[in-house]
Amino acid sequence: MQKFEKLTGLAAPLDRANVDTDAIIPKQYLKSIKRTGFGPSLFDDWRYLDPGEPGMDHSKRRINPDFVLNQPRYRGAQVLLARDNFGCGSSREHAPWALMDYGFRVIIAPSYADIFYNNSFKNGLLPIVLERDAVDLLFRETEATPGYRLTVDLAAQTVATPSGRVFKFEIDAFRRHCLLNGLDDIGLTLQHVDAIKTYEARRRQEAPWLFAK
Amino acid sequence: MSGKTLYDKLWDAHVVRRNDDGTCLLYIDRHLVHEVTSPQAFEGLRLAGRPLWRVDANLATADHNVPTTDRAKGIADPVSRLQVETLDQNCHDFGITEFGMNDARQGIVHVIGPEQGATLPGMTVVCGDSHTSTHGAFGALAFGIGTSEVEHVLATQCLILKKAKNMRVRVDGALPAGVTAKDIVLAIIGRIGTAGGTGHAIEFAGTAIEQLSVEGRMTVCNMAIEAGARAGMIAVDNKTIEYFRGRPYAPKGEMWDMAVKAWREMKSDADAKFDKEVVLNAADLKPQVSWGTSPEMVVPVDGAVPDPEQETDAVRRTGMQQALRYMGLKPGTPIRDIALDKIFIGSCTNSRIEDLRAAAKVVQGKRVAKNIKLAMVVPGSGLVKAQAEKEGLDKIFLDAGFEWRAPGCSMCLAMNADRLGPGERCASTSNRNFEGRQGAGGRTHLVSPAMAAAAAIAGHFVDVRGELE
Ligand code: SF4
Repeated sequence: MQKFEKLTGLAAPLDRANVDTDAIIPKQYLKSIKRTGFGPSLFDDWRYLDPGEPGMDHSKRRINPDFVLNQPRYRGAQVLLARDNFGCGSSREHAPWALMDYGFRVIIAPSYADIFYNNSFKNGLLPIVLERDAVDLLFRETEATPGYRLTVDLAAQTVATPSGRVFKFEIDAFRRHCLLNGLDDIGLTLQHVDAIKTYEARRRQEAPWLFAK
Repeated sequence: MSGKTLYDKLWDAHVVRRNDDGTCLLYIDRHLVHEVTSPQAFEGLRLAGRPLWRVDANLATADHNVPTTDRAKGIADPVSRLQVETLDQNCHDFGITEFGMNDARQGIVHVIGPEQGATLPGMTVVCGDSHTSTHGAFGALAFGIGTSEVEHVLATQCLILKKAKNMRVRVDGALPAGVTAKDIVLAIIGRIGTAGGTGHAIEFAGTAIEQLSVEGRMTVCNMAIEAGARAGMIAVDNKTIEYFRGRPYAPKGEMWDMAVKAWREMKSDADAKFDKEVVLNAADLKPQVSWGTSPEMVVPVDGAVPDPEQETDAVRRTGMQQALRYMGLKPGTPIRDIALDKIFIGSCTNSRIEDLRAAAKVVQGKRVAKNIKLAMVVPGSGLVKAQAEKEGLDKIFLDAGFEWRAPGCSMCLAMNADRLGPGERCASTSNRNFEGRQGAGGRTHLVSPAMAAAAAIAGHFVDVRGELE
């Protein structure tokens, strides 16, 4: 997994609540058996005017000039500002894959759907929760200031604006540790092989039907 | 000390190890696998040279991409075909039992799990699919996971998780005629919102839930995720236990008796404490219809499309305006005046035998309205399809002008050839009405099977309570 320590990056505002995973990456792209290449299809239905299919040359498609991420000023954005309940809907990990592949490393929103939130960490994408008022302020400043860049420091758990305002955020110690060090969960769990075997042996006694073939 | 909730009991029974930071290593009894969210996980295992921890805990089927017509011809779309073939190959290489596309037991993963008895009370059940919450209907802890977690389960039979909070949604009293499990859950989501259960495991309780069949309970738990809760669950009772008797993967003989004894404990203690509680009165419920692009945007069938101008919260108001624009609806339009183009009866929410019986009862002896371009029934599994055919339900649907298809996810998410065209309006028994969910530009209204069937006959929404009299 990609590490995350500190980043100063251009912010882009996506001013909608309840952005669902079908909007983040429409299902036709879920047919891919790879983890990469989803970036050009991120927010596909909003970003393009013509229907998208896997395997297309997306650079030849008709761009929707009204969609916020298509504005030249947000090109290269790494921090996505979002509203409540971002990532609701399906469990598709293609959603964080697409956001990462596009270039985002951080999302800032007042709340997330649980599965999306969880999936993000497993891929080195940092979903930050800030109070609604703080998110409102970031939206306003981003929209008012071309080239608005935020500095996100995971070790310090802070988001800093260009004018030097600093917002502190909360994050689980375990998730923070894994992200800072780029650790793979499976490797960590396999350090507890004995505990898993002991559990299985006990359960086999208590509830043998769970192990019947 | 107060007693334990059902969720507490399920959680505690599966803790392998408590980590210092408050997370737990939780043991997973059953892992269901399908073609869409697993290929990258198998690839990860191969790259790391990791074997499966416990092969027999896994059961796989292809459901999202499979065609619902002419299966003998295979899958026309090469990208879909590759994904299904990749699942076949992975199951073959790793030794996992798979109900392939042409197996009589194939179907939507959340329909076949319980049908086979592969899902049992007291289990932890996961699948790389958010509607895994469905299996909670049997007093199991069941939730959807992402692909990294699929890989984690395959390699370790465990997950690293933080316990959620306890929430109870009680539906008290008796359900009025014509009001179904689907209406209950849509009304709950309308009430608490799509983030109402975020961070919580929801237990559905109350007399109206107890009176539901197990199929109805699955419909309710299926949509727990639409209320933001990763897991939904219902206590075990006699109906739950009887449902599993004789199922292929269910225990037999002495083992059955032993299991039943343990299953009877799968309920919240009388003095258990919940962090959040919501109570609905069943007698107040009416058939529900969604009008927008989020499952919380629902109204009773005798209501009208709401007016964003009446909404005081700015973010919500914008959301409503965007939804109305996408749905092509005007505020104040009576729901019954909304004309439809297509009807979809299927999905892991409503494709079980009981759902098909309810729909067939409404269409029997009638004809699909002229303005309906396509009305289709997609059974949840090959076994559901066979049962329906034994009961003659296929005939009823076909005579009425419905198409009778082969099992799979189909137009619930339109990964196969079944989809809405831009602007087409559909009454659907599925669970998500997001923009583009059933096809780019398609407009979805979520309803119960009986309501979808009645809408097919009328060509627009009707109050099924009147139809049933
Ligand atoms: S029927 Fe729909 S919701 Fe259910 S698993 Fe299939 S795609 Fe997902």
